[in-house]
Amino acid sequence: MKKYLIILFIVILSIFGCSQKAGTITTIKFWAMGNEGEMVTQLIPEFERKNPDIHVVVQQIPWTAAHEKMLTAFAGGSLPDVFQMGNTWIPEFTVLNSLEPLEPFVKTSSTVQLTDYFGGVLKSNIIDSILYGIPWYVDTRVIFYRKDLLRNAGFKEPPKTWDEVLRICEVMQRQAKEKGITRYPIFLPTNEWVPAIALGMQSGGKFLKNNMTKGNFSGPEFTKAFHMLATFYSKKNSPSGMQLITNMYNSFSEGLIAMYITGPWNIGEFSRRIAPELQNEWMTAPLPSMDSTYPGNSLPLGTSLVISRISKHKEAAWKFIEFLASCEQSVSFYKITGNLPPRKSAWTDSSLANNKYIHAFHQQLERVEPLPQVAEWEQIVIRLQIYVEYIATQTMTVDVALKKFDAEVDQILEKRRWLIEKQMKQ
Amino acid sequence: MIKTSKKLQHENRTAAAWLFLSPAMTAIAIFFVVPVLSALIMSFTDFDIYALGNLNNVRFMGFKNYIRIFETPLFWVAMKNTFYFVIVGAPLSVFVSLGAALMVNSKLAKFKPFFRTVYFLPVVTSLVAVAVVWRYLFHPAHGLLNYGLGYFGVDPIDWLGNPNYAMPAIILMAVWKSFGYNMLIFIAGLQNISEELYEASHMDGAGGWRQFIDITIPMLAPTTVFVVMITIIGYFQLFAEPYIMTEGGPMNATTSIVLMMYEQGFRWWNMGYAAAIAFVLFAMILVFSVIQMLIQRRMQS
Repeated sequence: MKKYLIILFIVILSIFGCSQKAGTITTIKFWAMGNEGEMVTQLIPEFERKNPDIHVVVQQIPWTAAHEKMLTAFAGGSLPDVFQMGNTWIPEFTVLNSLEPLEPFVKTSSTVQLTDYFGGVLKSNIIDSILYGIPWYVDTRVIFYRKDLLRNAGFKEPPKTWDEVLRICEVMQRQAKEKGITRYPIFLPTNEWVPAIALGMQSGGKFLKNNMTKGNFSGPEFTKAFHMLATFYSKKNSPSGMQLITNMYNSFSEGLIAMYITGPWNIGEFSRRIAPELQNEWMTAPLPSMDSTYPGNSLPLGTSLVISRISKHKEAAWKFIEFLASCEQSVSFYKITGNLPPRKSAWTDSSLANNKYIHAFHQQLERVEPLPQVAEWEQIVIRLQIYVEYIATQTMTVDVALKKFDAEVDQILEKRRWLIEKQMKQ
Repeated sequence: MIKTSKKLQHENRTAAAWLFLSPAMTAIAIFFVVPVLSALIMSFTDFDIYALGNLNNVRFMGFKNYIRIFETPLFWVAMKNTFYFVIVGAPLSVFVSLGAALMVNSKLAKFKPFFRTVYFLPVVTSLVAVAVVWRYLFHPAHGLLNYGLGYFGVDPIDWLGNPNYAMPAIILMAVWKSFGYNMLIFIAGLQNISEELYEASHMDGAGGWRQFIDITIPMLAPTTVFVVMITIIGYFQLFAEPYIMTEGGPMNATTSIVLMMYEQGFRWWNMGYAAAIAFVLFAMILVFSVIQMLIQRRMQS
């Protein structure tokens, strides 16, 4: 009997003990995508040491399923407290009214200073002048090129304008013909929308018109950009199908391609996978321009950290964002993942300042323009990809393709048109 | 007196039957009837991401979703792809499984249980794992398939990257993945054919081929109709293979109707439109099933 009493006593004690402990510790859920989701766990112990009253549970989500999973989580009311989000998704999630405005938090924060962020990137987080996300890392596209091949073609510097790119292509094609080899001077993948949108941005194209309720891709600006893109494929300056390049890194090493528009993750990949004897012969440069202002505009991609509107631990969630957004942590994150920090002051750190490949990204990030902030943007550019394939394979002419594409865009934006008209009437 | 008691008894029995059926009926009502009806209602609205944010943004569309489906070029591409898959893939699957069943069931075959298991293995293997292996097999430069074809002087084919070869590649994998199931049904059918028929025909001097044409095929007819029906219904719902292997590409060459529905519904959250696609597919499968049932009835009578 006595024994039982003791056990009972212990049980009661432990219950109270536990509940007391749980009362002081706040657990926040954090969803992060792909490789970042794995790597960020290395930073968490430091955060929990500094904030012993907050416990962070990280859930890793594959990139390919992230968008669907977040929408479903919203529908089921189970979004986590903090999550990572591609900054082009923010308009869509504000339509759902699912994100917490962050201005009140930023105002009282001593560590998050908005002026320190690259302007174009920060703008992608502001919808109708309300801030919804804090950039976590940035991504933009630049040119990776073979120095030796450009030199052989008589160009000591990377191209400053697209006309110059075309001249380089011409010389390289001639040289390849003399040697009897195949060469695609510039690789513009047909399954990507980025080169098309970057060119469109540079030609001054407003992609959407009428308060962003109708497609404007068949307008003169984007038509000019798409014609230029089509020229690269029709002159065989760029491979017109993905099957021609099975391994990009081998193709680059073999000289099958000489220039390639891609993002920061490829700095690491190129260092590992380009042939060792060529390691001093590749370099990065900002995008060429359609006019005289160099560098040409590129895209402000990357991901942001956001707080769910229904979160019960917004204060704790904000503390966690502040921690990840600090210069110190964004530099550590760069060191373990290669993801570029969104804050200008972080770029003075020696690990970034001494990396010669990073310089082009720094230059480029000062020249990025936000993409149209409509919920349907992702759907629109995924469709655009198909039309890039159509013009690359010459299944359609540029003008026909853009007319058809605009018709599709108009249909995608039909609901948005209706909603805006409804608002106007009220 | 007697009549009423009989009637009572009958009523009791009916009540008992309902009572026994009720758990299953409730489950079907909650998990089948209600979702299907709500999907039907949804297919007449434009339920989408804006509606998810605010229910006032739902509009009643009448048949507009259905009209829009038939006006969308991608739908016709998806239709073409799905029919390509059904018309080429389903007969191929039936022939392969019949062939495998005949071989495994043959008196000459050894290690029957082993082969039955081996041929059935793909059916129970996870499709995602299988897809990873098949992607290696299909690899244009290092794939086993191109390596084998190379022996016959065939140039390397980019199976999953070329719009002309992507669907044949998907069919190849789908048939391999699913023929084991039909094979088992065929084996059961073959074992039901009385041995006496073969003996009698043997005495009349019929050879192996003659026996196959005049005994095996007619006796297997009911099984074949069943297999063809479930195969066609299953193949109309092509989804997982392109979703994992090609994501519908290249140039939409492997976008099936279900994949298009999934993209519209869960990727872009155009639920109303996606629900309408689902009902179009349902109508198509219904038509095919009715045709097949009519053929079956005629054969029986």
